[in-house]
Amino acid sequence: MSAQPIESVHERAESGEEILRIEGLVKHFPIRAGLLKRTVGQIHAVDGVDLSVRSGETLGLVGESGCGKTTLSRTVIKLTEPTAGKIIFNGRDISGFTRHQMREVRRELQIVFQDPYASLNPRMTVHDIVSEPLRIHKRYRDQHGRERVEELLRTVGLSPEHANRVPHEFSGGQRQRIGVARALALNPQLIILDEPVSALDVSIRAQVVNLLESLQRDFGLTYIFVAHDLSVVRHVSDRVAVMYLGKVVETGTKHDIYERPAHPYTQALLSAVPIEEPGQRGKRDRIVLEGDVPSPANPPSGCRFRTRCWKAQEICAQEEPALIDRGHGHPTACHFAEIVKPLDLVSTTAS
Amino acid sequence: MPEPILSIRDLAVEFSTDDGVVHAVDGITYDVFPGETLGIVGESGSGKSVSTLSILGLIPIPPGRIVSGEAYFKGRDMLKLSKRELRALRGGEVAMVFQDPMTSLNPVLKVGFQLGEAIKTHHPKEKSDAIKKRVIDLLRLVGVPNPETRYSQFPHEFSGGMRQRAMIAMSIANSPSLLIADEPTTALDVTIQAQVLEVMKRVQAETQAATILITHDLGIVAEMCDRVLVMYAGRIVESGDVTTIFHKPRHPYTIGLMDSLPRLTEDEEWLRPIPGQPPSLINRPSGCAFHPRCFISQGRARCREEIPALRPVEGDAHASACHFAEELSEQPTRFAESVGGAA
Repeated sequence: MSAQPIESVHERAESGEEILRIEGLVKHFPIRAGLLKRTVGQIHAVDGVDLSVRSGETLGLVGESGCGKTTLSRTVIKLTEPTAGKIIFNGRDISGFTRHQMREVRRELQIVFQDPYASLNPRMTVHDIVSEPLRIHKRYRDQHGRERVEELLRTVGLSPEHANRVPHEFSGGQRQRIGVARALALNPQLIILDEPVSALDVSIRAQVVNLLESLQRDFGLTYIFVAHDLSVVRHVSDRVAVMYLGKVVETGTKHDIYERPAHPYTQALLSAVPIEEPGQRGKRDRIVLEGDVPSPANPPSGCRFRTRCWKAQEICAQEEPALIDRGHGHPTACHFAEIVKPLDLVSTTAS
Repeated sequence: MPEPILSIRDLAVEFSTDDGVVHAVDGITYDVFPGETLGIVGESGSGKSVSTLSILGLIPIPPGRIVSGEAYFKGRDMLKLSKRELRALRGGEVAMVFQDPMTSLNPVLKVGFQLGEAIKTHHPKEKSDAIKKRVIDLLRLVGVPNPETRYSQFPHEFSGGMRQRAMIAMSIANSPSLLIADEPTTALDVTIQAQVLEVMKRVQAETQAATILITHDLGIVAEMCDRVLVMYAGRIVESGDVTTIFHKPRHPYTIGLMDSLPRLTEDEEWLRPIPGQPPSLINRPSGCAFHPRCFISQGRARCREEIPALRPVEGDAHASACHFAEELSEQPTRFAESVGGAA
């Protein structure tokens, strides 16, 4: 094994207790057609996912559109009902919980959505938006409630005077702060962040990322950070799971995934990220994948990535590779897993 | 220096809204030279799209209004052309690729037919089987597999990446000398983006068209462009060749933008954001629009009072619109050390 990189505070979560475990989670959406709207097929959005999240850590969930990362995060918080599988949160399986039972769980389990323009009610004031969870859970008592809202606004870097304004008076970054304040209102343990900075401009994105990280530090929060931006995910995550067509194909610490990826899809994904500065032109071994992601209504047999994989053999069509450690120090779902370092710059003199 | 193919002089564009007049583009001047790729970068509202779409007659008027300026394409001022003359230019000598390939193609017409139309409009006398052959060749050039079959398919049968390839094929159908690509890969996933960027590089090598690439993504600029314009609040704040802009930026906004990016290959404790909020274009800050967020202004009155002109710094090819650009030469910047000052 190569030398371990310098320990960052991110790795403090190593010792944390497991707060969430997902076992065999499946979410299929029916495809209905015809006059009687009969079910003619299933979209296999999430198709058997196992994940574990420890207290205080950030689990990054990456993958391209249609890989199921958003469906997975919504199913975990039961905004959609799982088709099968277990969601064990703080030791209890919440997968079969009713709406009523979920209410209590949601105090601990919150979500922040991608689009700060669509996820806040335009007719409500900031005070009403942020205090709504408190009122639903009967924790809002007039003067005290108002103080709590002011405290929350200060926590996310807004001023208490903002409380009486409505969302359209704010920029995208400020709106996302309002969404975060609302998610924090009930002192949750785990927050699912679904593409929280994707809709924001570059210069504002860094502000919100820093805010999320300092909140995590101050309140001991646990995050599931869903995003397609691989640089942001590296920055915020302790561990990362890479998804492709409803499955986790590789998971490990961020250093496992970014520096020692063993699954061909992870390697292709990383190598496809544009270079950082013009001096790197032609110095990155780029794996340009052929073709497109197959339809989740009719996923390929065996390994789902095999239709685009340059390593695919007969066995890949016949046998689905399990997500297990294949001698690389972290689990990979590939029959031919092998560590490649797609982000290392290669010398140009060779070519 | 060769003659520029496109020369924009002092272009200003406004939009009237209920809240007031939006100064989308405020007096910008730039040139595009034959065969080069010019990147225009900026965040939402910086004016990067309006700066080029307006000269093609592609902004709605009203509420938009071209306040002033000239835009010479091969010697003719495009802002003085009739609608008809502009239409003849668009899709012919000047071609465009837009962000969203789903809305740029007509969903009820076959892709091959739409590409053929693009050729026919500009070459009415061309025979239809010659056109079909050319369309299939174009689809092959942009890497659409089975172009003969794809020719008679509808846009919905194409994936996002394939549609964008078809749009690129359409844009180069009439061998344009200027190609304008407005966020061409923003709607695409990263592996598909890599494919489309490869196609664009290949097409460029083939056609030698000058390209304006409008994007918010500095990585795409690093990958594709020869020269760069950085825009902020409707003005060009810095321009120069791509290596200079990355290695020796001389505008605090450019420096801040690069510093704020998380890195794919390194661990960092904190990101370094640009403080503050993006400027309002209705009520723009006085003087230099960036001054309320600037680390070098330090409350100096000149930044508040005087709009800085875009002026040469360290050689004619590099220009910055900062009163104190010279002070920035001591500033450690993100990519400067990564090349050991080789630039």
